[in-house]
Amino acid sequence: MALDQSFVGRSYPPTEPYEVGREKIREFAQAVGDTNPAYTDQEAAKALGHSDVIAPPTFVFSITFKAAGQVIEDPQLGLDYSRVVHGDQKFAYTRPVRAGDRLTVTSTIEAIKSMAGNEILDIRGEVHDEAGEHVVTAWTKLVARGADAEGKA
Amino acid sequence: MTAKIAYGDVEVGTELPAQGFPVTRATLVQYAGASGDFNPIHWNEKFAKEVGLPDVIAHGMFTMAEAIRVVTDWTGDPAAVVEYGVRFTKPVVVPNDDQGTTIEVSGKVAAKLDDNKVRVDLTVVSEGRKVLGMSRAVVQLS
Repeated sequence: MALDQSFVGRSYPPTEPYEVGREKIREFAQAVGDTNPAYTDQEAAKALGHSDVIAPPTFVFSITFKAAGQVIEDPQLGLDYSRVVHGDQKFAYTRPVRAGDRLTVTSTIEAIKSMAGNEILDIRGEVHDEAGEHVVTAWTKLVARGADAEGKA
Repeated sequence: MTAKIAYGDVEVGTELPAQGFPVTRATLVQYAGASGDFNPIHWNEKFAKEVGLPDVIAHGMFTMAEAIRVVTDWTGDPAAVVEYGVRFTKPVVVPNDDQGTTIEVSGKVAAKLDDNKVRVDLTVVSEGRKVLGMSRAVVQLS
């Protein structure tokens, strides 16, 4: 069943702050095999002009995607998550995420489209720090495959 | 931001050093833990096949994280990346053996923009198939 177009433009309340930890950044950098010292060594990060270790560019996704759960699990929207695949992902950074940040995410439904039996949902997550300054915007495109398209993806 | 590459030293077509990133089932388990994405298609072969996949596949976000390393290794400062977007076009299939598979990433400067920024287009391939499309980063150079 087609998703309700009246949800386009809807914003959800900001999430509770997520506190970015040095060890969480280290764990993520290790998981992607990235040895850039800016992720683990405060002095190296400071030499690059950062106040503390910074996170790899895609680290913030786990925060914005969790926030997007407000949209995905909104019973009124009625998305069948068991059929959802991740279509596109984009980030625009004002500054890198760094250890000690307390980040909130405001999710907005940017677009809902139906194409070839699939439902396509565009969610924008605006990430701000505790001072209210913009850190990064994440755009996530989710594709819910139609029943007749199953198995073709 | 203190990128170690100067805007004046690159031209459209300048190639970034290409890299290959290995990925095994163990890699995926570690990434699942670090990212909090425990979708079983990334570690459970039976589940993956039941939903029509050829085998366990890598997280799209893992592939996206590996691909940008070609850019962040080039610039030195990861904060030089001011925009980054990809399309997930084909899954990276990860067999259950010691070898796993490899994500091959190359990149080149596609456009010189204002304010010492450049657009880098990435080519991301696994087992001969392009796995990310429209993989682009805007990078602030010095």
